[in-house]
Amino acid sequence: MVFRSDEGVGLRKKLLRAERRKKFEALGLIAPLLLVMLVFYFVPIAMMLFRSIDNSQMARILPQTSEAIQTWSGEGLPDEATYAAILGDMKIAYEEKTLAKAGRRLNFDLVGYHSLLLKTGRKVEQIVEPPYKETLIALDKKWGDVRYWTVMERGLKDTTMMYLLAAVDLRYDDDNKIVKVPEQEAIYISIISRTVYISLSITILTLILGFPVAYYMANAKPRTRNLLMIVLLLVFWTSLLVRTLSWILVLQNNGVVNNLLMFSGIISQPLDLVFNRFGVYVAMTHVLLPFMVLPLYSVMRAIPSDYVRAARSLGAKSITAFIRVYLPQTLPGIGAGALMVFIQALGYYITPALVGGPRDQMVSYFVAFFVNEQVNWSMASALGVTLLILTGSLYLIFGKRVNIANMKLG
Amino acid sequence: MSNKDYHVRFKNVQKSYDGKTLVVKDLNLDIEKGKFVTMLGPSGSGKTTCLMMLAGFESTTHGEIVLNGKPINKIPPHKRGIGMVFQNYALFPHMSVAQNLAFPLEVRKFGKAEVEEMVKSALDMVQMGAFIDRYPGQLSGGQKQRIALSRALVFKPELVLMDEPLGALDKQLREQMQYEIKHIHEQLGVSVVYVTHDQAEALTMSDQIAVFNDGIIQQLASPADLYERPENSFIAQFIGENNQLEGVIEKTNKNIAQVKLKNGEKVSALMVDVKDKGEKTLLSIRPERVVINPKASKNSQALEGKVLELIYLGDHIRCRMMVAQNDQFIVKVPNSSFHAQLKEGESVKLSWDKNDCRALKP
Repeated sequence: MVFRSDEGVGLRKKLLRAERRKKFEALGLIAPLLLVMLVFYFVPIAMMLFRSIDNSQMARILPQTSEAIQTWSGEGLPDEATYAAILGDMKIAYEEKTLAKAGRRLNFDLVGYHSLLLKTGRKVEQIVEPPYKETLIALDKKWGDVRYWTVMERGLKDTTMMYLLAAVDLRYDDDNKIVKVPEQEAIYISIISRTVYISLSITILTLILGFPVAYYMANAKPRTRNLLMIVLLLVFWTSLLVRTLSWILVLQNNGVVNNLLMFSGIISQPLDLVFNRFGVYVAMTHVLLPFMVLPLYSVMRAIPSDYVRAARSLGAKSITAFIRVYLPQTLPGIGAGALMVFIQALGYYITPALVGGPRDQMVSYFVAFFVNEQVNWSMASALGVTLLILTGSLYLIFGKRVNIANMKLG
Repeated sequence: MSNKDYHVRFKNVQKSYDGKTLVVKDLNLDIEKGKFVTMLGPSGSGKTTCLMMLAGFESTTHGEIVLNGKPINKIPPHKRGIGMVFQNYALFPHMSVAQNLAFPLEVRKFGKAEVEEMVKSALDMVQMGAFIDRYPGQLSGGQKQRIALSRALVFKPELVLMDEPLGALDKQLREQMQYEIKHIHEQLGVSVVYVTHDQAEALTMSDQIAVFNDGIIQQLASPADLYERPENSFIAQFIGENNQLEGVIEKTNKNIAQVKLKNGEKVSALMVDVKDKGEKTLLSIRPERVVINPKASKNSQALEGKVLELIYLGDHIRCRMMVAQNDQFIVKVPNSSFHAQLKEGESVKLSWDKNDCRALKP
């Protein structure tokens, strides 16, 4: 029998063994949240993202065609077998009432496809013997148009880039090349840039309004500071919807502000303060202000007053001391606050939907529009993906410069 | 001495933060040009407030501060031309050492070449020339302190204020910096107002020490005077170690009083701030001025003392005794070749020069 000496185990192994318990404990503490996040956050998001490229339902509706069209070279019309396959598929799909779904999907790529499929579907019963190709073309000459077959082939693949391309105003042309959509149809790029523009404006507004407040709070007596903190956090105590609706009450044509201005004789006609861009700015700045103030405040509190005093004693005017000594030290707070406000503003939905006009709607509005009105989950998630990529790249660019530690609230 | 030679004068200065209590009560202090004056006192005694009023960061509630013969109450801090060293150094973290030092010169619109030269010589003065491109975060406490010092001096102010600048350093470094600051002061001839609560630091560095307590200056004196001739019982207790004996004045002869102690023994003492017969007094005697088993001499007097505890401290032996009902009476017996050999429990005779025994108001 040989006893193993301690040296045999190795220091690293011993350390790992000693720390293992700690690791399990740590894991135990975060496991519940991790699980919840996984099931209710990451999985749905991943599924949502997948929706933007998923196209597998088409192959399920038109299985024979999907198989037969693989032999097609893309030049000229497909062979008789492919026509037979689509005829067979349409027969079944018409009975199962899934043909309209396929029609809508193909119509998205090429307008006219929906009616073509439905029209053919109604008459498909009557076609019982070959030649199917000629019969179909006789029924509707679109079946003899190569464009329709190009779209069909593209539409039967398991994944498609069509929605993602559409979300940035791009599409496939007849030769399967990616091109810009005609100018009168292009809307998403302008919506995305509008979203960025509004978010940027809100960020600047919250910075202008929040900086002095944070400065005052950081330098106030504890009692005043606590009171201000409560007032600031009061915003979180009421629901977003209530806050937004009360802005409508305040800003509408016979609302508080207009009544006051008209009563005092400053204006004779009510001003348009809501259901336009102005309303969006007011309401969103109000809602997002705490997210600017809190990181600023926490950074400012950590700056000792001695710095400004030192600058003053060294001969700097108060404005010089502020710009050259104080302001640079608040940059981490400005960065953290701006990033938080900007990223949140990018995804805002309720507030602009309620207090904005039609020309003030942001990307999220169109996500909701595609889900609720169009039942086009793919397009909704494609817009979601653009938003996510926008946010993610911003975070990668600026997040590194802004210490995450400064993102804490208070 | 004419008014002009005073660099700084505090005239009846008062300061209140809350409108109810005075943090500084009727402060009068004259600081001569080129002197190193220390404001010493326990925390909350008003010394830092005085410094901040002089720098211009706090307003005076009442009274006047005069700098070079001109009242400065209404002059903003940046126009006072006073250099200042802060306790936490206050080096701007986003600027390099060179930028920190250039800051006071740039706001004064010095030329680029001039700035460079002045920064270099200010850094050389504190032997920090090699650190010119570092950032404050890359420096040790002692190095930051030197940079802060040279930044306060780079624009050649005539007056430099220091607010506990060595408070955050360890003991050894602190002592080294004390000498260094003292030497720089001597070299440049600037006036320095230094705030500290460390009396050893104050005694080491200062030309004059103003001891603060309770919002007033208890005594303004040179280190030697402060230690050897305390003017009241606060100073006697605050500066160094002192034995205290309670008693009542029995009779007076010029400035010498005969005091009857609690146990009936009588001693002579120098009257400092007491004068009347029958007045209660606190006698204060330094532990190192007590002589054990003396040879008779006309200036000395003998008291009975019982040895309670002996502590060996190398260079001296610290002996706690019971003297006139005070069991905290300390005598320092120097560890010389002829020193008295004491044993615990033994009774000995103690004496001192009557001028070393100061009768103060309790």
